[in-house]
Amino acid sequence: MAYTIEGASGPWEVVVGLEVHAQVISQSKLFSGAATAYGASPNSQVSFVDAAFPGMLPVPNREAIAQAVRTGLGLNAKINLVSRFDRKNYFYADLPQGYQISQFEHPIVGTGVVEIELADGSTKEVGITRLHLEQDAGKSVHDQHPTKSFIDLNRSGVALMEIVSEPDIRSPEEAGAYVKKLRSILRYLGTCDGNMEEGSLRADVNVSVRKAGEAYRTRCEVKNVNSVRFVMQAVEVEALRQIAVWEGGGEVQQETRLFDPNRGETRSMRSKEDAHDYRYFPDPDLLPVVLEQGWVDGLRAALPELPDAKQARFISEYGLSRYDAGVLVAEQATALFFEGVARGRDAKIAANWVTGDFFAAMNRTGRTIEDPPVSAAALGQLLDLMADSTINGKIAKEVFEAMVETGKGPAAIVDERGLRQVTDTGAIDAAVDAVIAANPEKVAEYRSGKDKLFGFFVGNVMKAMAGKGNPALVNAALKAKLG
Amino acid sequence: MSLDPATVRRIAKLARIRVDEAQVEALRTDLNSILGWIEQLNEVDVTGVEPLTGGTQMALRLREDVVNDGGIADAVLGNAPDRNGEYFAVPKVVE
Repeated sequence: MAYTIEGASGPWEVVVGLEVHAQVISQSKLFSGAATAYGASPNSQVSFVDAAFPGMLPVPNREAIAQAVRTGLGLNAKINLVSRFDRKNYFYADLPQGYQISQFEHPIVGTGVVEIELADGSTKEVGITRLHLEQDAGKSVHDQHPTKSFIDLNRSGVALMEIVSEPDIRSPEEAGAYVKKLRSILRYLGTCDGNMEEGSLRADVNVSVRKAGEAYRTRCEVKNVNSVRFVMQAVEVEALRQIAVWEGGGEVQQETRLFDPNRGETRSMRSKEDAHDYRYFPDPDLLPVVLEQGWVDGLRAALPELPDAKQARFISEYGLSRYDAGVLVAEQATALFFEGVARGRDAKIAANWVTGDFFAAMNRTGRTIEDPPVSAAALGQLLDLMADSTINGKIAKEVFEAMVETGKGPAAIVDERGLRQVTDTGAIDAAVDAVIAANPEKVAEYRSGKDKLFGFFVGNVMKAMAGKGNPALVNAALKAKLG
Repeated sequence: MSLDPATVRRIAKLARIRVDEAQVEALRTDLNSILGWIEQLNEVDVTGVEPLTGGTQMALRLREDVVNDGGIADAVLGNAPDRNGEYFAVPKVVE
């Protein structure tokens, strides 16, 4: 079912395209040797190039270019062997050059495609229009002084990739899924850390609405949205605003807007009418970027297995459902953890434990997959203890909680606490006999056809054995004795 | 092609150059003669000639990804008309 918003005049379709700005992982900046690390003291990571001192010349960082190419390859996109840097001219206090070096006419990466997966299990392809490299600007701090803004140029000149999608997105859910998928691919590739709180990944959201079958109507650009949730909210509230404008007899004006998450609304940035006259022209300080096909092929050969391929492999190799495989591959570290648990074991049981008890423990303890509450090896050992009938599934949950709490290995906990499963048929028979003797009426009811009571007997026997009875043997003994 | 006074004022504004009304006509004449000269260049037939960026046939020089610059906040801030600690201070620019 296609997503629509019901207006007074009937259903409206939402059309969305995203421009995602992703900060490139590199040691030094796009055109200078200053560091890129986050959180350094103000202006400590600024070269004369980044501060635009007269006569300073930019020299491109080979690794930043490689990162853009890797990203293009990960987005199944065309790599342009010849691209060019242009100047995008505008004045702002945190842009010392008075222009941003960007790529306008000839981006380094052309059209590609990203596949997203939706809650109903369907998939959809979102087209990538282009990816280009550009410089980030500095940071302005407006709230420290009544009449002044403070400028920190540490971020000035850090390499950014702007990834532009086609207007293929049709709902808030699709917009969210696209950003998540893009983030996952970038993190797998190691080309952007995807940290939206620190601003390493931020999105400009282009939204328009239309009636089914119409051509596109005027769009608005919602700038600098910095979380997946906000992207989804921005799509919805901006679409609702535009529907109200159209249905009120007005006309949506093309403009740049800001999303205010506190008020749940977008508002106009009241930009001056010529703010968008960037007067691009080729940067005379830089020659065209000319790549060799062999170098690109080398980068391609060194790419890691990406989420889509890994998901397909988890489905075929481990027999996982598409959903479970999707959850496990979203983060590379999670996929690695899962494979550590699953290798040589029952992969479906491993997947259930990782996505169930393990994720729950991780959330509860506030730990991360990089610093997990239980290691993959220890969780694997726990599964082994179940597989060889040392403990049953119910006791395994208890052991797991003890592992989270104490950090001890599963075997040690089982021994310490005497949790070893009872497979001694003598002991099981004795417990079964006792339960039967204590509940003559239930036995009679069961024998007269109330099959459902079987669970009652199993429960009581297990209780009598402190949960340690081997479930299969308990079942067998009960079946035999109850007749 | 001929510029009108409004376009001259707009170009000045985009370049953040203050132009007195009295200067507009003289600038308009200057700019028009520059444009006239470029129009002359446009008469050259460049069919089949690749556009050239930069004046040389050299390959673009690339840098290795190493940190070998920065850590010079005082020098970077040295010419700033105003500063606050390690920050540049500028007239408030928030909208």
